[in-house]
Amino acid sequence: MGGVALFFRLVLASLKGQALYPTSAVLATLAQFLVTGIEVVAIWALFDRFGTVQGWALGEVALFYGLVNVMFAIADALGRGFDVLGTEFLRTGAFDRLLLRPRTLPLQLMGHDLRMSRLGRLAQGLMVLAYATAQAGIAWTPAHVGLALFAIAGGVALFLGILVLQGTLAFWTVESLEVANMFTYGGVEAGQYPITLYARWFRRLLTFGVPLACVAYYPAVAILGRADPLGAPAWIGWLSPLAGFVFLALSFLAWGHGVRRYTSAGS
Amino acid sequence: MLQYRTAALAGFATQCWWGGIKVMVLAAFYGGAAASAPAGSLPMTLAHAVTYTWLAQGLLALLPWGSDPEVAQAVRTGSVAYDRLRPVDAYALWYARSAGWIAARVLPRLALMVAFAGVALPLAGWGQWGWQPPADLAAALVFVLSAVLALLLSTALVMLLNVAATAALNERGINAFATPLVVVLSGNLLPLPLLPESWQTALLLQPLAGLMDIPMRLYAGRLAGWPAAGGLALQAGWTIALVALGRLAMSRTMRRLEVQGG
Repeated sequence: MGGVALFFRLVLASLKGQALYPTSAVLATLAQFLVTGIEVVAIWALFDRFGTVQGWALGEVALFYGLVNVMFAIADALGRGFDVLGTEFLRTGAFDRLLLRPRTLPLQLMGHDLRMSRLGRLAQGLMVLAYATAQAGIAWTPAHVGLALFAIAGGVALFLGILVLQGTLAFWTVESLEVANMFTYGGVEAGQYPITLYARWFRRLLTFGVPLACVAYYPAVAILGRADPLGAPAWIGWLSPLAGFVFLALSFLAWGHGVRRYTSAGS
Repeated sequence: MLQYRTAALAGFATQCWWGGIKVMVLAAFYGGAAASAPAGSLPMTLAHAVTYTWLAQGLLALLPWGSDPEVAQAVRTGSVAYDRLRPVDAYALWYARSAGWIAARVLPRLALMVAFAGVALPLAGWGQWGWQPPADLAAALVFVLSAVLALLLSTALVMLLNVAATAALNERGINAFATPLVVVLSGNLLPLPLLPESWQTALLLQPLAGLMDIPMRLYAGRLAGWPAAGGLALQAGWTIALVALGRLAMSRTMRRLEVQGG
């Protein structure tokens, strides 16, 4: 059985486990839907009060918001094993068991505890995307659908890369540090608006450091058919999601370094 | 929290980061409004909204996010029985413990946030994005009073969550549904005055405004004189009402609570 087959088995086992308590799973999903949905209230209220922001309308901003939330919902479901690496694997010694298995380590972690409740954020993101379509009059040509899927895949890779880095950091700190939240939850918060709103140093960080703008902003501008206020050529959005995959590859390089450094606590 | 310095600093850095994003977004919205809307048509200035945001970040730990983890654990392990046997009022005991728990988490973070947004940002030349001082001395004094009331109010709400967690023997579900309400209605998500005009009366009168919004209005001098007294009375009134409700709910829950032996 290959690593990928094992991954699907783990996912299935995880989902089956949650299905044993259906009420709990449904309530957790509903709670996720509510908790992640409150950001919509803030955005809506700001547009209700101010009308537009730097020429962006609510429907257009909804596209950014929807894309980022869909990306993060999927990455968060897949990356939970990296998120809790410090507390659930390193401190307990359970990590040694994973290392002993002759299967790909990252796939074992990705299959760990795939939460149904992440559907709450996903559903919310998809609903906002539907709203954006109606409000901003987005014509979903096959090319645009393809670009959106490419951007989402790149975004999932990017957020997963951040979670992998968070896990890597745990090899040094043993604790799962809140600091990664700056780029996971903070990335979702920042990515739900067009980056033109931010100061220049922050835009650069979101483009070249943690390339959130490459997976969300530039593709969304291309889908909306708008000229980029920052002056980037139109074709950028069709290529930039690749940055997410590059980020993930680099994260795994750091991860490999961390794994080689790992010495068991022996417990 | 002082034992886990790295974790606390990491949490603090996240709060600054988060505040920074919110401030930039608000500044962008206000920047557009300055061109289109006439001055004075907005319920609060950008400087006020920015200060509100930093205070909200500093007071994050004050909000009644969920039940006291110690109480939840006591219920699960059965050590709640000891609390029942003590010759003191169980509600008062838990209330005092929760208030202390909240205050101990809020004060260091609030001090750090003032140092960051009130001192470091202006020194770095980003004064317009920093935490502004209170309107005047009277506003500052009344704010301190209001902040204490906010702590008492928050504790009363945590006590209700404690009782709910005791009744359900599990705190997770209750906390999950309490969070979105608290975030929106306290003004943590967005300053309450920026929410739609038609909601304003209801927003001001509901109990969660006393957690952050009323102290902030007092701080900025938006409530002064008799309205300021009204704001404080609102906070005190809700606290008393929620404490009474909490006591009633607790005595009913405790009578039904079964502690397993062992």
